[in-house]
This record gives sequence, C-alpha cells and structure tokens, in this order.
Amino acid sequence: MAEPAAAPAPAAIATRGLNLWYGDFQALFDVNLHVKQGIITSLIGPSGCGKSTLLRSCNRINERLGYVRTTGSIEILGQDIYAPEVELVQVRKQVGMVFQRPNPLPLSIRDNVSFGHRLHARGRRVSRSRKEELVEDALRKVLLWDSVKDRLDTLATELSLEAQQKLCIARLLPVKPAVLLMDEPCSALDPKGTEAVEELIWELRGEFTILIVTHNMAQARRASEETVFMLIGKVIEHGLTEDIFLNPQHRQTADYIEGRYG
Amino acid sequence: MTGTAAPLFAGTSLNARDRKVEWLVRALLGLMTALLILPVVIIMALLVVEGGPVISWEFLTSPPVDGMTAGGILPALVGTVWLVVVALIASVPVGVAAAVYLSEYAPDNWLTRAINLAIINLAGVPSIVHALFGVGAFVLFFRFGTSILAASLTLAVMTLPVVIVSTRESLQAVPRAFREACWNMGATRWQTIRRIVLPNALSGILTGIILEVSRTSGETAPIMFTGAAFFLPFLPQGVLDQTMAMSLHLFVITTQVPDAPEALPFGVALVLISMVLAMNALSIAFRMYVRGRKKW
Ligand SMILES: Nc1ncnc2c1ncn2[C@@H]1O[C@H](COP(=O)(O)OP(=O)(O)O)[C@@H](O)[C@H]1O
Ligand SMILES: [Mg+2]
Repeated sequence: MAEPAAAPAPAAIATRGLNLWYGDFQALFDVNLHVKQGIITSLIGPSGCGKSTLLRSCNRINERLGYVRTTGSIEILGQDIYAPEVELVQVRKQVGMVFQRPNPLPLSIRDNVSFGHRLHARGRRVSRSRKEELVEDALRKVLLWDSVKDRLDTLATELSLEAQQKLCIARLLPVKPAVLLMDEPCSALDPKGTEAVEELIWELRGEFTILIVTHNMAQARRASEETVFMLIGKVIEHGLTEDIFLNPQHRQTADYIEGRYG
Repeated sequence: MTGTAAPLFAGTSLNARDRKVEWLVRALLGLMTALLILPVVIIMALLVVEGGPVISWEFLTSPPVDGMTAGGILPALVGTVWLVVVALIASVPVGVAAAVYLSEYAPDNWLTRAINLAIINLAGVPSIVHALFGVGAFVLFFRFGTSILAASLTLAVMTLPVVIVSTRESLQAVPRAFREACWNMGATRWQTIRRIVLPNALSGILTGIILEVSRTSGETAPIMFTGAAFFLPFLPQGVLDQTMAMSLHLFVITTQVPDAPEALPFGVALVLISMVLAMNALSIAFRMYVRGRKKW
C-alpha cells in the first residue's frame, strides 16, 4: 500500500461529479471534493444537506440500502473505490467511521478494541501479549487507558457516552485506517465529554486523515485546518478554516456561519 | 368549588363528566380482560380437579391396557417427545438459515417481499391441509410410510413459517448500529452475523423455537394420517416406527373408547397441558436470563 515517494501524495478523498439518489430523491449534486492527507477537515452545513450521505459514500456503507444509486467517482488515496475489482472489506479497513451515536458492540471493552484486529489477523497466530499490547496502545491513544485498565472485561455498553465514543475511535486504530470519517462525533455528549473527545481528535491529527462533520461552529474553527461548507446536497465552499470563517467567498457561507439558518 | 381555593385549578362540570367516562372505559376494558382470562382459569381448574386423581407415577410410566380403559400413557408420552424432537431437528436449521438469508442477505426487492408474504400466508394454512400434504409427500412419494419420520417432517413443514418469522423478527431487533460498526471495521456479512447478530438474537430465536415446540406437541391432524398410531403399546425404536402420541391418544379415548373411565381424558389432557406450560415457562425463564445479561 506504500505510495511511490516521488509522486505528490494523492488526495485522501477525491470525489468527481458525485451524484447520489435515495430512490427518486437526489441527496448529492455534482460534488467535487478534495480532502488532503494528514490534516483535519471539517464538514459543516445545515441539517439534511447531505453531510452524512457524503461521508457514508466514502466507505460504501450506503449501498446496503437497496435503493441508493450513485454516479461519478470517489477516490481514496488515488484509488477508485467503486472500481469493479475493489474488495469492499479492504475499503472499509482503510476508511474507518465514527458515528453520531456511540455504537460500541455488546462485548467487553477488550473485545471491542481487538474486534477489528481479530477479523483481519485470522489464520495468523498472534501472541497473547501482542494482543494485550494492541489493546493498550489503542486505548492509550484515545486517552481511555487509565480509566478502564482495571475493567477491560466489563461490557463496553456500560461505559459513559464519552468513554463509549472514545472506545469507538479506539477500536478503529488496530485496523490502521488511512482515513477517519467522523459524523458529528460529539453531538450526543455533554460539554465536558465534547471537550475531551475534541482534544483526542486533535491528538490524532497528523497520524490520520480526519474528515469530521460538525454542527458546532466553534468546534470546526478550533479543531480543523480546512473547512467544507455544504448546502442542499452541494459543496458551496472549501478552504482553509480561517478563510472560511473570517473571509467567506459566498453569501450563503457567511449567512450560515453567522447563524442565519440551520 | 370552595371560595378560598385558587379558582384557577378548581374542577368544572366538564372535568366531572370526563372523569366518569374515564371510569367507565376502565371498567369496561377490565371486564373484557376478565372475560378473556376466565375460560383459561375454568379449563385449568376443571382439568386439575377431574384429572388430578388419575395422575400417578404409574400412570406416567406404564402403557395403556384393557382396550385403553386403564393403565398409563407412557408410549404416547414418549411418542410425543420423539415427534417433537425429530420435527425440531428438521425445521430449526432450515428455518433459521432461511430467516438469516431473508433478514441479512436478501436484497430489499419485490421478490423478497413476495417471499415474506408467502411465508406469512403459509403460517395460516390449516393443519389438516398440511396433513394431506404430508401423506402425499412423505408417506407416499418419499415412501417413508406412516412413521415418526413422515409425521415429524409434516410437523416441521407446518412449523417452518413460524420459525422463520420469529427468527427474522429477532434478527431485525438487533440494532442496525451494531451491524454498521462491524462493517466499518471490515467485517464481512457472515462475520457480522456470526459474532454479533446471532449471539444477540439468540434469546429471541430460542424463545420462538420453544413456543413452537409447545404448539407442535398439541397438534393432532398432521400426525393422524402420517405416523401416529391408534393403539401401540410399545415404545418406538427408531424414526421409521409408528408411535402413539398424546394429542391423538386424547382424541381416541374421548371419541373411540366408549367405556373409558370419565376421569381418564382429563388426566391425559392435564399431562399434555402441563408439558406445554412447562415448556413455555422454560422459554420465559430463558428469555429473562438472557435479557438480564445483555444490556443495550
Ligand atoms: N436512508 C435514507 N433514505 C432516504 N433519504 C435519506 C436517507 N438518509 C438521508 N436521506 C435524505 O438525504 C438528505 C441528506 O441527509 P443527510 O446526509 O443525513 O444530511 P445531514 O447529515 O447533512 O443532516 C436528507 O434530505 C435526508 O432526508
Ligand atoms: Mg447527519
């Protein structure tokens, strides 16, 4: 999977002329997006403008709904993920997703973290200590290790929402995704939890490419390097976060940021 | 209306009328519920009072004698267990597999919807129709003869739709978020099903199956022509034997054996109902046990 060093790094996510329909309803219109590798990009826009839809197209989880149709292309790290030879499982490994509501599996904390790794390490013997190490690394990275290290065998669904959301991030790490998609990861959390998860996302910057949907302008401003603004299924504006917030090029962007709708 | 109380919150005549209606509706609904429960209570009481004295260890462990006017019910009891177990062995794997396919793999299109509709309708086919199908298919065409195998397969065909529907419902009760979480870590459908969906649907699936068992054990028509014997005071040795069964035995001694003592059918019915209730209780206990352990 290593890219040739000489070539310029391909975009983490590049869509070209992406249209998407739920049945007869068109949710995305000609989306051309170019998300750079290694930075945090936030995706903002009023409810129902297609942010989740766009995110869910990037790991092809939408197609489980029989009535979804897409045209155009999506490339992840320079590879078209809708190409016929693409193995869906490999796409999902590269593109991890964190949902709005924390959705830990009804398993122990430990099993949640090692779930993905176990799936992909099948057939290979992985020593016990190596497994423990993986779990510890992942939990440390999401700043959860100290609070759960003594109860790794309790059910993950009994954790606080904040801890659950961190766990949902942690369980992606052993699979080593290149891109993390986060769909309003803090919207179910209280202010303290939000702050903690934001801090964590900021920590992961550089190591992962992160595309985060947020309703929280302050969060987008604080926590991202670039910002994309969407409206009714279209990308209106995409630029450096400070430019978008201080000097938006479109009136709709300015209106939205100033809270005139949505 | 007392003068000193805040007039803002004082009741009006309209409130009084609403309250009366409320009371009436409540009384009416309660009465309906009582009417519903009453027959069940009467039946159970009658069975216990009339049939209770018949039941003894001897009754449960010896075959009927004297033209079925005396003795016990052992062959029928054992026969019913055979019939139900073989029927389960046939119907559960097929039913659960079909339900998993329909719930987890089948695309949501007109064909799937048509199949689902057909299954629901199949569950409503009268058991005598299944009986005739069983005779044609298993007794005659596959040449199993009148045997436990033919009777159990007939029962299995009859219960399949219900197993499929209840299993599918249990599977769909597993939150979609769990599936998406798995897919997102690169799990295949089967990995998702095996590690997350099935374990979490298990209690519902088993409950459905146990309820099916209790229903199956009381069926008479489907086994009457396919494998259950009128009188056969031996225990079956294998699936190609005929056997007595509780439900048919009850039918026979009430309608075909005029000089059977009056209490005997009550005793047989009491044993049959106790079996069914025990199985239902087991399913409820099991469900509570699993529910207590799972938290989402
Ligand atoms: N599964 C679905 N089926 C049909 N329509 C959907 C579905 N999911 C989303 N939509 C529609 O697509 C549009 C975009 O939704 P979504 O991507 O969830 O918006 P956002 O995340 O920006 O709030 C909305 O109008 C929504 O009603
Ligand atoms: Mg959304």
